[in-house]
Amino acid sequence: MTTTCEPVDTRTKDVHPHADLPEDELPPPDDEEDIPVPPGAPSTLLRSLLGPHRRRIATAMTVILLQQAALQAGPLMVALALDRGIPALRDDNAGPLIAVVAAYLGCALLGTLLQWSFIKISARVNQDVLLDLRGRIFRHAQRLSLDFHERYTSGRIISRATSDVEALRELLSEGLQELLTVTLSVCSISVILLVLDWKLGLAALVAFLPLWLITQSFRHRSQPVYRRSRTAAASLIVRFTETMNGIRPVKAFRRERANDIAFGAVNRQSAAATADGLLEVARYGGLSRTTANLWTTAVVVLGAYLVTDGSVELGVLTAFVLYLHRLFEPIDQLAMFLNSYQSAAAALEKIAGLLAHEPTVAEPAEPRELPASTVKGREVHFEKTRFAYRAGKEVLPTFDLLLPAGQTVAVVGATGAGKSTVAKLLARFYDPTEGRITLDGVDLRDLTGPELRRGVVMVTQESFLFSGTVAENIAIGRPGAERAEIEAAARAIGAHDFIAELPDGYDTDVRKRGGRISAGQRQLVAFARALLADPAVLILDEATSSLDVPGERAVQQAMRTVLAGRTAVIIAHRLSTVEIADRVLVMDQGRIVEDGSPRELINGAGRFAQLHQAWRSSLV
Amino acid sequence: MAKNPVLDTATDSVAVPGTAPPAPGRSTVRSLLRLWPYVRPVRTRLVVSVAAALLASLSTLVIPVVLGWIVDGPIAEHDLEALWPYAALLLLLGLSEAVFFHARRVVLARPLAGVESTMRGELFGKLQRLPVSFHDRWGSGQLLSRAMSDLYVVRTYLAFPLIFLVVNSLTFLAGIALMFTQDWRLALITLAPTLPLFLLTRRFESRYSRATRMTQDRNGDLATLVEESVLGIRILKAFGRHRSMSERFHEQSTVLRRTELEKAGMLANLWSIVIGLPELALGCSLAVGAYLVAHDEMSAGALVAFLSTALTIRWPIESLGWLIAYSNEAATAADRFFEVLDAPDAEPAETVRTTTPSTTPSATPSTTTTAVKTVTTPDGIRLTGVRFRYPDAPADTPDLLRGIDLHIRSGETMALVGATGSGKTTLTALLPRLYEATAGTITLDGQDIRELDRSRLRELVAVAFEDPTLFSATIRENVLMGAPGAGEDRLRAALATAQAGFVDQLPEGVDTEVGEQGLGLSGGQRQRLALARAVVGDPSFLMLDDPLSALDVHTEALVERALREVLASTTALVVAHRPSTVMLADRVAVLADGRIEAVGTHQELLQSSARYRALMSGEATLAPERSTAR
Repeated sequence: MTTTCEPVDTRTKDVHPHADLPEDELPPPDDEEDIPVPPGAPSTLLRSLLGPHRRRIATAMTVILLQQAALQAGPLMVALALDRGIPALRDDNAGPLIAVVAAYLGCALLGTLLQWSFIKISARVNQDVLLDLRGRIFRHAQRLSLDFHERYTSGRIISRATSDVEALRELLSEGLQELLTVTLSVCSISVILLVLDWKLGLAALVAFLPLWLITQSFRHRSQPVYRRSRTAAASLIVRFTETMNGIRPVKAFRRERANDIAFGAVNRQSAAATADGLLEVARYGGLSRTTANLWTTAVVVLGAYLVTDGSVELGVLTAFVLYLHRLFEPIDQLAMFLNSYQSAAAALEKIAGLLAHEPTVAEPAEPRELPASTVKGREVHFEKTRFAYRAGKEVLPTFDLLLPAGQTVAVVGATGAGKSTVAKLLARFYDPTEGRITLDGVDLRDLTGPELRRGVVMVTQESFLFSGTVAENIAIGRPGAERAEIEAAARAIGAHDFIAELPDGYDTDVRKRGGRISAGQRQLVAFARALLADPAVLILDEATSSLDVPGERAVQQAMRTVLAGRTAVIIAHRLSTVEIADRVLVMDQGRIVEDGSPRELINGAGRFAQLHQAWRSSLV
Repeated sequence: MAKNPVLDTATDSVAVPGTAPPAPGRSTVRSLLRLWPYVRPVRTRLVVSVAAALLASLSTLVIPVVLGWIVDGPIAEHDLEALWPYAALLLLLGLSEAVFFHARRVVLARPLAGVESTMRGELFGKLQRLPVSFHDRWGSGQLLSRAMSDLYVVRTYLAFPLIFLVVNSLTFLAGIALMFTQDWRLALITLAPTLPLFLLTRRFESRYSRATRMTQDRNGDLATLVEESVLGIRILKAFGRHRSMSERFHEQSTVLRRTELEKAGMLANLWSIVIGLPELALGCSLAVGAYLVAHDEMSAGALVAFLSTALTIRWPIESLGWLIAYSNEAATAADRFFEVLDAPDAEPAETVRTTTPSTTPSATPSTTTTAVKTVTTPDGIRLTGVRFRYPDAPADTPDLLRGIDLHIRSGETMALVGATGSGKTTLTALLPRLYEATAGTITLDGQDIRELDRSRLRELVAVAFEDPTLFSATIRENVLMGAPGAGEDRLRAALATAQAGFVDQLPEGVDTEVGEQGLGLSGGQRQRLALARAVVGDPSFLMLDDPLSALDVHTEALVERALREVLASTTALVVAHRPSTVMLADRVAVLADGRIEAVGTHQELLQSSARYRALMSGEATLAPERSTAR
């Protein structure tokens, strides 16, 4: 491979300091080792995947055993035809020949049938295992907490669920039959050799000692190569997805060339790892074949001496030599098996690492239920809550807050004051470092996921749309909702008009990331989703930031009715939202500095009064 | 089994144009032949590899013969002296077999890994240059599966099945020739199944490649779903919906499993036929051969020789099953690869760039004048009769933009207001040509943007998107994307304009890596970085799409103040949703019904435009509209 870098624009160097370094000086691809793999986790994972299919695997093995037997019976039938069939036919007795030929055909048919069923059975096992594994990865990724997702990047999770699973698929679909047939043929021929002449047989089988050593050395040498290969594949995926998802800024900021170079670098790393892996296999194949052939010659010579001094019969040696050749025949298949095995092992390691990672926000061991309530809203209590992000400074120093059921609270304050943190803690995106948050007296950590979401729902500032229709996107709020309910929610928030104007109305496909639906419209969809969820506590985190003034007015109008009876926490930069609140909290550096009704605060002389003044004057 | 309604309906969620079933004229061979340009550079290596594989098979064939000689000769005759030359020959053959064996793989390892990465690099480059509208239609998981698993299939195919397709065919032909010289009658019987086999595999092929295509597409869909579920994780968590997402995933992967099983079923059938039919024919030739021997028309030795020849070509025939299957997989993978590569750039080639001085260094008078022209006619941004519709918009919908006429004077800041969904963002995307206007012209300082080199154009026009995407890189790198090569002072100035002082409180300041899509930062912080990125290059033309939406009032005021200085020297179009943002602008344009309805200062429009008043205050005309909606 020639390096494709044309005279690299010097400007790009500053942006990508590694772009022009030779391959071997590149830093290791995005390291993933921040997720330690517990020892033994890969094999435990494999066992748990195959375990449920034990019986079918056993059947498959039996089938392949029988198939090999049927296959080996062919030459025997030919011998029988020659030794018995022909002489009998010469005596005008076609019976034996017919019988032998019938047996031959029978064996052929049986072998075919067995091969057919083996493919069917093993495909079923493979696909079930893969289904299971994919599901596990997906579910686990969904379970993992946000702090994990913020570090791990979606690209890596995608590579776990796609290219790593693919590596295992290859082992299962192609490797298993290879391993089985190799093992079977090696075992049966070994037995035959030992039966023919145990001394000579032992001498022949000693060859497996160097072969074993070569295999061990291959495994040892190739392991890091395959790991490198998996990691390189993951970095490719990370780069790739990031570029494709951010294609607009990529184009607008002319990142194409720089991206080509950066992608080219990981691409080369990946190619190097792939080639190294292939070379290891080649080396293994060559070495083991050399060993096998050397050994064959040695045993033949030894056999010749033994025949000469009369300790082995000529007929025995003849058979022995022919079988000996076949003993080592499947070495190439073994090399291919080891290739896919090592690759799958490296992939399994990565997957096991992901699966072994426990969510920091865990489901309760002994879940409690929320007490039955006659009112819609629930009481929220932050009790001496402290919180710090991973390795960061404390965002919330000892925070106490009681929100009575049904209260609508607006939280305001400068960026970084901790407003969003309060929201995220209440939504249990994170757990507090200290203290607790209760909902009608029940610690959030004691609630199961579904129970928690009946209680608390949050509308975030990012309004991501999933592929599917608009209706489906709203229905995320409550799966199984009727179309009428979905429309009612959309109407209530003022989203119905624009949805109805879309080409297929509620059934319009939002396509990739809702590219065609404006940011404001997406926020309306997010609102409708929240309304449909009908929670006791609703958190709105900057949920109206992209709405225009009429849109915001409409939402506020709707909020008055929607929030009635519910407990609501509204985080907003726009003070317009505050008008519908019963209570306003002004936060600064993780503390509440002002607390009161909007009227009280506006008429006071505090920070809020100033903010409100500034905001007022910004309006028409 | 052939038509599966369940599978067909399952595709509707991914109505990606590229995932249509292969065109009727398609054939496996044709698809594979398209790979030639990539294979060409390694063709010598491939030939060497095939030769090595052939020589290795030849050694494998000869070794038993030599073994036979040894047993029949020196050993049977107890002549140990004569043994040594034979043993040496055996050793030589064994070693050469091993060497060829090794060589077959070694010559291809690096070149093929190179082919794979070249193809991947090309795909990546092509995708980056395809228009945004292409990306709107294609799930990125679909693209990813093409870049990863499809290219992997192609590489593996070149490394092994392709070699053996050649080697095994040659072995097969040699075997047939040998059989005919041995006994033509038996040879005919043995070869009888060839024709039906050929016909059957033809039929199998078309069905199998359909199924292969389906599984590969489903894999892509699955990747898309995984990606979405991770990108939308906050929403799923906020609503506790991971269970229903998992169900959807389970559903889709069950469909994949079913398709895979169907494929395996076809494969099982093919294998049985490919293995079974020749075996049956061999059984028949055994019967006939035995009959011939019994009637002394053939010697027993000749029959044995014939049968053993027939047995040696068993593997080439048997291997046909998976070779065909693999060829199909590779062909489908190639199809999927070329689908992307064949996608029209829809970007008229850069040949029109008559005006970029760098391309015509032979400084003719005309180039110098145009070069001067860009400097001397500060005409600002002029849109004339600009129309736009999304390429995949349903036929019965009107164009989104229906004749925009707008002039933003040089150095002026124009605010663009309009109802949600009126096309404001789309309009800003037309200037850097992220989308191409369907009709009309856009000029920057008198120069048609279609005549500008695309990258030059994007250097001139900086954009801050409403959805501030940050890349996995340091803050420095993210911001300096707007001005490659700019120094620390520019970076600092841009961060100051955007009031992004928070970066200094991050663990590593401006060298802090911001995670994928900048998830580690709040919306307001990301927005400020995106703003810094837009202004860092001191662009001549600036598009700001609701640049202050996620900022709190206090920060907003500070950003506004700083931004005003930047805007003073640039020509800017600012999408605005609220009065505070409008205040940044000198004049305001109201976008409605795909046209610019009114242009004027804030005060003028408050007087003259009812729509503007409604948009800014949220009162007036909106009430009746909503009452009709209810």
